Amino acid sequence: MSDPILSLASVGKRFPGVTALSGVSFEIARGETHVLLGENGAGKSTLINLLAGLFRPDEGEITFDGLPYRPGTPTDAFRAGIRVVHQELSMLSNLTVAENLLFEDLPRRYGLVDFRAMNRRAAELLDEVGLDIAPTTLVNRLGVAQMQLVEIAKALCHDSKLLILDEPTATLTAREVDRLFEILDRLKAKQVTVLYISHRLQEIHEIGDQVTVLRDGRHVTTRALAGLTIPDLVHLMVGRELEEQNAFRDDVIPSGEVLRVRDLQLSTEGPRISFSVGRGEIVGIAGLVGSGRTEMVRALFGADPKTAGVIEVEGRPVTIASPRDAVRCGLGLVTEDRKQQGLLLGMSCAQNITITDLGKVSRHGVLRPRVEREAAARLVRDLRIKTATVHQAVGTYSGGNQQKVVIAKWLYHGMKVLICDEPTRGIDVGAKAEIYDLMWGLAAQGKGILVVSSDLPELLAICHRILVFAKGRIAGEVPRAAFDQQRILSLAYEEPGLDRTN
Amino acid sequence: MIERTEDERVGRSSALWDDLLRISMREGGVAAALVLIVLFFSVTAPYFATPENFLKIFVQIAINTVLASGLTFVILIGGIDLSVGSVLALCTVVGATIMTDEHLSPAASIPLALAACMGLGAGCGALNGWICEKWKVPSFIVTLGMLNAASGVARVVSDNSTITGLPQPFIDFGNTIIWDVLPSIFLIALAVVLIGWFVLRFTVFGRYIFAIGTNEEAVRLSGHTPKIYKIAAFTISGLTAGIAAMVYLLRLNVGSPIAGVGYELNAIAAVIIGGTSLSGGKGSIVGTLVGACILQVLSTGLQLFGADDNIKPIVIGSVIVLAVVFDTYRGRLLRKLETR
Repeated sequence: MSDPILSLASVGKRFPGVTALSGVSFEIARGETHVLLGENGAGKSTLINLLAGLFRPDEGEITFDGLPYRPGTPTDAFRAGIRVVHQELSMLSNLTVAENLLFEDLPRRYGLVDFRAMNRRAAELLDEVGLDIAPTTLVNRLGVAQMQLVEIAKALCHDSKLLILDEPTATLTAREVDRLFEILDRLKAKQVTVLYISHRLQEIHEIGDQVTVLRDGRHVTTRALAGLTIPDLVHLMVGRELEEQNAFRDDVIPSGEVLRVRDLQLSTEGPRISFSVGRGEIVGIAGLVGSGRTEMVRALFGADPKTAGVIEVEGRPVTIASPRDAVRCGLGLVTEDRKQQGLLLGMSCAQNITITDLGKVSRHGVLRPRVEREAAARLVRDLRIKTATVHQAVGTYSGGNQQKVVIAKWLYHGMKVLICDEPTRGIDVGAKAEIYDLMWGLAAQGKGILVVSSDLPELLAICHRILVFAKGRIAGEVPRAAFDQQRILSLAYEEPGLDRTN
Repeated sequence: MIERTEDERVGRSSALWDDLLRISMREGGVAAALVLIVLFFSVTAPYFATPENFLKIFVQIAINTVLASGLTFVILIGGIDLSVGSVLALCTVVGATIMTDEHLSPAASIPLALAACMGLGAGCGALNGWICEKWKVPSFIVTLGMLNAASGVARVVSDNSTITGLPQPFIDFGNTIIWDVLPSIFLIALAVVLIGWFVLRFTVFGRYIFAIGTNEEAVRLSGHTPKIYKIAAFTISGLTAGIAAMVYLLRLNVGSPIAGVGYELNAIAAVIIGGTSLSGGKGSIVGTLVGACILQVLSTGLQLFGADDNIKPIVIGSVIVLAVVFDTYRGRLLRKLETR
């Protein structure tokens, strides 16, 4: 700690009615990889936004690279040498990768953009992060993981002194995470300081030197990561013990069959997918990003077209041509992207919950506000959604809270099978455990649950059975008794050609 | 980040104060602006604060209010309807043709004309919506097409001439004034606003309109068919254009293929000034009424003020832009309030 690049002294930030940060002091040494941990709502995002120049602190001093640091705008942060790769990617999707990479400083010739120089420079940057795509590719053609790497390449293209990565691995598969870590190692060799935020506790030991834990807007500790176990970290974050291993409940025993899919085809030449989900069973779907997991569940739910296949719910064949059909047949979908597809962000918690079935809270087409409020309040209580009133807009909620609202709307509607696509992405440990509890609660009631997740330890912890997807088909099925990380990974990687970033 | 929450608080209707604050923030801004403008002209412009002048304003805002009420539905789902003026023209022609038919008694022809206007307007709107949804064409384009097409049909139907000689009872009804200050056509407009407000605020259909404007995909994935409600929104916009055509006939007693030119822009202005967001999901019909009032009060006020006729559009143009600028700031304030 002799040469801190960044030091915070009693930094505080308040929002109307909420103290997001208070009295936070810690230092980051030059060249280290510093991990920032905390549950959702602990103040991590606020801290990053302060450093990125999006908010200004209400109190305290920040010193960066030996100078007082008071950015007024993101540009100030950029000039000072701080690069932030935000969790929510913000790319110009109709432009090429090269244009995105060099947007702040396009190479010019005679006052016009020098496309050749731009693409050459972009190719170098892409090479640096090991991304094998043409610089002229349109960004909207890329997968999420590739975009993430492009964002990192972009952060690298200007000399950065401090690189802030907010949940960079949330959408990445194991192999992509490995690549990211290689890049981070290389950066470390170059003495670039990294502030790394993640909810995946398993991975931070691989890259982190120091760790800072925030809880409820306060600084809990800053210390060396070495010697801290995952339970230690969880304890620091939540102030109580939580073990993912305990998420499995062996008292819930699957019986019968609630959903059967036979020969589902997404395109005429596509592979045929067949599987089933039992009553009270939690079935996981593992696989790389781009292995067709999301595509399959969307087609199953009627959100995207399919060309063939028979779907049976409780033994009866059903026709699902639209989400409406799916919901009528008793399916519910917790979408991968809760902000774009799951929630009505500008609308209230109650309105988000009751949207799945307004018939229950209306009479002759006229809403009954009291009935609606009570129905929503009941779920808010049951699911422990943190909100002042059911009238609060869900756009203001933390990720975990938002996800609970999405689940609440299906509980409100009632369903036989709940399909969850990445249900815990970007959600903190405490909320994750609550989401697992919810799933188990449903399983205990005899519902079938299908969980798509890139977080393999999560699937291993909660599933009765895991289906491994590779190249759009089911590459293998592993029952709980045979759960083995290596085995599942080798099934997922069976076709090396399908790893899109490779 | 919000930690001050206890379970008991959640379900309570509480936060009445917050709610009031939010409503006054939402609607109050424009309403306050309207009051200020009225006060300003009352003090500065001669004859502004007279019953005769208010009567005149009420007469003049009726058509625009009706048009803008239906248009609010379309803008709330994130669409736009440029065809309302032309559809109005077409409906005036058809309505006037029916009412001037010698074979029909007024008792038959008036209700028939009303039904025809409403049906035809709704039909044009439904066609707009159906084309938008069927072929995924932006509503801007489809309704621009309808603007031209309806206008052409109006010319054909009327043989390019104005139609006069409406039945006397109809004209008399249009000239009726209650309590010396409330014209019948203004009351019709008010009724349309009230119905629209009720539908948007208290019905399942209204909820879908807001939800679709907020996030159509989320509504679809919640098991609904947004298409139907979107087509319905366009149908309502057409329907109010038909009703506005009857109001037009009541007020001007003449059906004309060149009626309603530029009305769509006034209606859009009223909706926008009233605080409805062009990107959908946010707004209200009460705001639209206030917006229509602001436009007319400004216009009349400036006239009485003795302002140059050329100044009027400059002021009104500025007000439209200012309203949206203000709306953006208000949005930020609202968000702050909601994070409390």
